[in-house]
Amino acid sequence: MIEVENLTKEYGEFRAVDNISFTVEKGEILGFLGPNGAGKTTVMRILTCFFPPTKGKVMVAGYNCFEDSLNVRKRIGYLPQRVPLYEDMKVNDYLRFVAAIKGTPGKEVNRKAAKAMDDCGLSEVSNKLISTISGGYRQRVGIAQALVNDPEVLILDEPTVGLDPKQIKEIRNLIKELAGKHTVILSTHILPEVSILCGRVIIINKGKVVAEDRPENLATESAQRMLLRIGGDAQLIGQELSRVGGVKGVEREQASGDANVFTVVLEDEKLGRQGIQAMIERNRFELVEMRLLEVSLEDIFIKLVTKEEA
Amino acid sequence: MNIRNVSLILNRELKSYFSSLTVYIVILMFLLMTGYFFYNLLATFSVVSYQAQTDPMLAKQYQLLNINETVIRPLFGSISIILLLMTPLLTMRLFAEEKKTGTIELLLTFPINDVDVVLGKYLACLVVLLTMVLLTATYPILLVVLGEPEVVPIATGYLGLVLLGAAALSLGIFTSSLTENQIVSASMSFGMLFFFWLISYSVPLVSAGLGQLLSYLSINEHIESMSKGVVDSTDIIYYLCFIALFLFLTLRSLETKRWR
Repeated sequence: MIEVENLTKEYGEFRAVDNISFTVEKGEILGFLGPNGAGKTTVMRILTCFFPPTKGKVMVAGYNCFEDSLNVRKRIGYLPQRVPLYEDMKVNDYLRFVAAIKGTPGKEVNRKAAKAMDDCGLSEVSNKLISTISGGYRQRVGIAQALVNDPEVLILDEPTVGLDPKQIKEIRNLIKELAGKHTVILSTHILPEVSILCGRVIIINKGKVVAEDRPENLATESAQRMLLRIGGDAQLIGQELSRVGGVKGVEREQASGDANVFTVVLEDEKLGRQGIQAMIERNRFELVEMRLLEVSLEDIFIKLVTKEEA
Repeated sequence: MNIRNVSLILNRELKSYFSSLTVYIVILMFLLMTGYFFYNLLATFSVVSYQAQTDPMLAKQYQLLNINETVIRPLFGSISIILLLMTPLLTMRLFAEEKKTGTIELLLTFPINDVDVVLGKYLACLVVLLTMVLLTATYPILLVVLGEPEVVPIATGYLGLVLLGAAALSLGIFTSSLTENQIVSASMSFGMLFFFWLISYSVPLVSAGLGQLLSYLSINEHIESMSKGVVDSTDIIYYLCFIALFLFLTLRSLETKRWR
């Protein structure tokens, strides 16, 4: 559905996107992850034909973004980052305007606008001016205008920013329902969102792709970490821990209660686990808690991004 | 060009114009200023007419008893200058505001041609201009009711005013497409409009050929004959070319945004 080949975008001297290639299949939800300024928005703006790439080829729904921009634009729904909306319009007027301008036949404009409002939970505010509604509703109006024409491809730039937890959940469910029927690309810096929503994730940093995989695969590739709470002489425990085979690093955390807290990075999970157990028994330390930490996307992300910089 | 899209943009812009106070204030100020000029011209006319009853030479000397020459033509002159002052205030927001708030990003990714966007926005400010200019018609209508002015020069004068205003708007929409700051947009249109207005002041200083060119380029020269009741095709062509040129430049300026 979306093919990006050797995409490069330069703003003068600055290279915002550097030779990125990826494809998105029909019905997939692709997560675009990266720190601020990584080039996520630039890629999205190119996909939506807001500006052309400096180099490279971009195809959306079988049309070239540069040569056949109108045909691409007919098939996408776009939610830009800051959700720019016409503040002086009422919610329903605005959605009717967007539906009409996206080519909905006159008779269906009202129905489509009403459906989009329904899907995004906007019925309560349909008669209010956009300038007067809350941030959460604004965001939903933004999503509603992207959806209103039932586009094949949805491009959402940080769709859940500024929502409260309940709204976030609702919007995520909405996006999940869209998968299958629509192809979705969403950018975010909220990492759990990627694991929840996306079938595949692309991590970009400084305009380059640093990783691309399913979120769960990315998680298993990373080193295991273990949390330990042990009573006894903290300094001694630290020394002993770092001597255990299979342990790569030891970090002392703030103590809780009378137990010392450590996080241990394991090179070899099994060897390390057994070694630590034996060490504790040998020294007669008091073991309070010992558990493997789930590797979060945050860790992978930070690892990948900092590795790139190092 | 797609008529439906143009009318969608036009409608949205009109709603936006008339849902904010700005337009009402611009129209109000415009009518106050033009009304003030009208009042002064008419008052002078009636004083002279009154005095002329006892001193017929006075009227003859100054040719002051023709209402078309003493009230209507100078009135059109004043309205044209006030129009040049007011139009940048109508056009400054058209693109600058969309750029500032970011709505341009959605607008330009909707499946519509840039031409439709430019035309829709242009027609919207043209409608506001027509409203403004037509509201001033109360002054000549008053004259027609009270006296017997020639109607043809009034009609052609209005044609001239509308063409002049339409030209000024096309320049304004162009400057609005250049910047995201409305003040910058308005300042640029003021500057350029005054340039096109005052360009004829240099005519006496340059050679005859160049002088002719300069006076042809001047935006105000072309309504002169229209306010006398003469419609010359060169004048109309001048305004139409002016409008076409600046709308074309606006389109180009939008396209270069896509390139940057």
